[in-house]
Amino acid sequence: MNRVELVVSRRGFLGIFSAGAFVLATDGLEADATWQPSVYLGMEPSGLVTIVAHRSEMGTGIKTSLPMVAADELDVDFKNVRVEQAIGDAKYGSQDTDGSNSIRSFYEALRIAGATARTMLERAAAAQWSVPAAECKARNEQVVHMPSGKKASYAALVAAASKQAVPKKEELTFKAPSEYRYIGKALPIVDLNDMCTGKAVYGIDAKMPGMVYASIERSPVMGGKIVSVDDREARLVKGVLQTATIDPMKPPYGFQALGGVAVIADNTWAAMQGRKKLKVDWDLGANASFDSGTFKTMLRESARKPGKVARNVGDVDAEFAKGGKIIEADYYVPLLAHTPMEPPAAVAEFKNGKVIAWAATQNPQAVQATVAAAVGIKPADVTCHVTLLGGGFGRKSKPDYVAEAAVLSQKTGRPVKVVWSREDDIHFDYFHSVAAMYMKASVDAKGRPTAWLQRSAFPPIEMMFDPKAEYGTSQMGMGWNDVPFDIANHRAENGPAKAPVRIGWMRSVANIYHAFAVQTFVDELAAAANRDRVEYLLDLLGPSRIIDLPGDKRYPLDVARLRRVVELAAEKSRWASRKSGPGHAWGIAVHRSFLSYIAAVVEVEVDAKGKVRIPRVDIAVDAGMVVHPERVTAQFEGAAVFGTSVAMLGEVTLADGRVQQGNFNNYPVARMPEAPVMTHVHIVPSDAPPAGVGEPGVPVISPAICNAIFAATGKRVRELPVKKTKLV
Amino acid sequence: MIELRVNGSARKFDGDGDMPLLWYLRDELNLTGTKFGCGMGLCGACTVHVNGAAARSCQTTMKAAAGKSITTIEGLANGHLHPVQAAWEKGNVPQCGYCQSGQIMQAVALLKEKPKPTDKDIDDAMQGNICRCGTYQRIRAAIKVAAGVKA
Repeated sequence: MNRVELVVSRRGFLGIFSAGAFVLATDGLEADATWQPSVYLGMEPSGLVTIVAHRSEMGTGIKTSLPMVAADELDVDFKNVRVEQAIGDAKYGSQDTDGSNSIRSFYEALRIAGATARTMLERAAAAQWSVPAAECKARNEQVVHMPSGKKASYAALVAAASKQAVPKKEELTFKAPSEYRYIGKALPIVDLNDMCTGKAVYGIDAKMPGMVYASIERSPVMGGKIVSVDDREARLVKGVLQTATIDPMKPPYGFQALGGVAVIADNTWAAMQGRKKLKVDWDLGANASFDSGTFKTMLRESARKPGKVARNVGDVDAEFAKGGKIIEADYYVPLLAHTPMEPPAAVAEFKNGKVIAWAATQNPQAVQATVAAAVGIKPADVTCHVTLLGGGFGRKSKPDYVAEAAVLSQKTGRPVKVVWSREDDIHFDYFHSVAAMYMKASVDAKGRPTAWLQRSAFPPIEMMFDPKAEYGTSQMGMGWNDVPFDIANHRAENGPAKAPVRIGWMRSVANIYHAFAVQTFVDELAAAANRDRVEYLLDLLGPSRIIDLPGDKRYPLDVARLRRVVELAAEKSRWASRKSGPGHAWGIAVHRSFLSYIAAVVEVEVDAKGKVRIPRVDIAVDAGMVVHPERVTAQFEGAAVFGTSVAMLGEVTLADGRVQQGNFNNYPVARMPEAPVMTHVHIVPSDAPPAGVGEPGVPVISPAICNAIFAATGKRVRELPVKKTKLV
Repeated sequence: MIELRVNGSARKFDGDGDMPLLWYLRDELNLTGTKFGCGMGLCGACTVHVNGAAARSCQTTMKAAAGKSITTIEGLANGHLHPVQAAWEKGNVPQCGYCQSGQIMQAVALLKEKPKPTDKDIDDAMQGNICRCGTYQRIRAAIKVAAGVKA
């Protein structure tokens, strides 16, 4: 039996969970039934606890961290907990695993799940012993009557607990931090052994009985349509069964399948070989003349012109008119591809008007909606099983590839696995947007800005759902309208742009290009004033205060927390004793995103040939209360590497409407020798609400690297990747 | 008919001799621990051992695998962990985990050749294996643990 069939046969538990609201009111149990005090948690009469992981595991450790929270509150040994990955179902709340949001949004819900179960166990014991519930404490899988010392195991209480009324949230008590047994401590991730022994199941590994394999030829230019297909040679390839077309997407592109011609075969290789023999005549349409070099010039011009005002403080123009010293600079970040190590992959079976899918997806509810629209059924008739993800980084929040599998299954009558090649992944990505920024400041005698203007232009993510969109909305809150400096006159603007490529979220999104521009410009101002970078940055941040920002008023910016991470990164990197000089230097950057306050000091060595080595990174992290510090540390180690790829290597270009990169030879990402040798992560102890950790480590890395490169070489990098600037 | 050994078992294959070993392992034998990442030998996710040496299974045709003994991540150890796998677990190396089969197979081959590798040996041996999550510093540390050399 293959592994996925095994997983299917273990579905019993989730099946039990298939009905109900956030908290199920249970009226007692049948013999052997699982008690479910919450959609996230169940307990069998044996005492075995199952906790549902409803968010996707793509490497953050969330499949372990969120269940830990419930296990802690319930006070069970995590060894006795089985973690089950949820199917897509709105009853769990959002399952869209993006925005560094899982702990932020569900820490409370999982605590409630654990506390609910614990309270019901305590009340069940109290009822059995005819004592006040307040005298009964659940600890380590037992309820103890404190005055008498009488004990009962959870297992012995399951049936009785299930008959208790489900308590309201107000009736619950929660552990004090001193009582935590898992929160704040390290536990190995639940899939660790499977990942080290080859047993872990990703989307590309999923199998269904009778499954066939598809490789899909798509228009090389966005929006192209099929004129004719000659599949005769393709069908002669050994193992090829048939071909099938997928209708072209209709703008806006959203999460739809792009459309194309699929070669269906009895193994992946045959499908890929057959695809090479296809002769497709495309009407490439209006985008066939798109050139990213020409577009770059237009984008930079857009960033130089007045745009939509995203934030305005004081009067920038009046201050500029006074004739003080002006410093200005342009910055540019190209299109970037996600390139998760597992390319998009999914299996789907369309049968009797319903779809069952297995997918490496960050967003199984979007799979339900997207697949349903693609094959003409209701979202409720799509069952989406979530496998492990071989990396996501935002790419797998868009389920176009699952829609492809479902449409092909509908057309062939068999379960179909779709596996994207690496070339497919890069050619047809939802790219991280290209962006141009223009920065201008007037400075006083100490080099401190008296006025600061920042303009940004980029094809916005909003194009995904609105073909007319030219301005970024959500992207303004990502390092643009939230620049935290103490400057009397300050304006942030956004200029229009659109491009014929799919744009989407990539790990930390617009924070990447905005932090690059802002934090590099700070370094330029400090350099012009010949001031220490840390001292200058702290001066610019100004006194500790709360800044109310445009947009969501719930999340003001706390300058004290920014200052603290700058000081911590400086201290841990021994900034004060470091002497930057030719060939060896340190750079700093600070940025808040996803409610986390992050500063990084990067050490670089630049050799006589201009080759850059990164011996050390120190990242100071204030992410509020941290559930799993060891996995959070890993996220920031990884962010330093991801940020290094962004800074040093990544660039997607288009000519004649076609993406010119296709694999790791021409779209390089950081390998071991190019990655920071050692990243030290310093977490600020905090009892503030949990903030994001998956993404916020990325934005500080490219400006910190480029600032260090400037200190080592005198070469100012204003365009990424660094490889485009001659350093010696 | 191509004959080969996979994880100690004799196997016969009568399909396309140009098919990469990767797809034979994954699609025919259901040994899905060996991963597809690039199809061009650029990322190392598909690394297996061919007669004990690390090889990219996406660049090894079935013809080339004829008569050879193949070891995949599933066959690296039976019923216990190989010391490299144990070091990976101890160091909590994986994030998404996808590339780690290839990383482990590459590291095992390195240690077979150089039981006490230097940092440069590790860089040289491992630079063909991409980890997009960025676990490189933990991979380096785990290799040193497995080798019993100072971190």
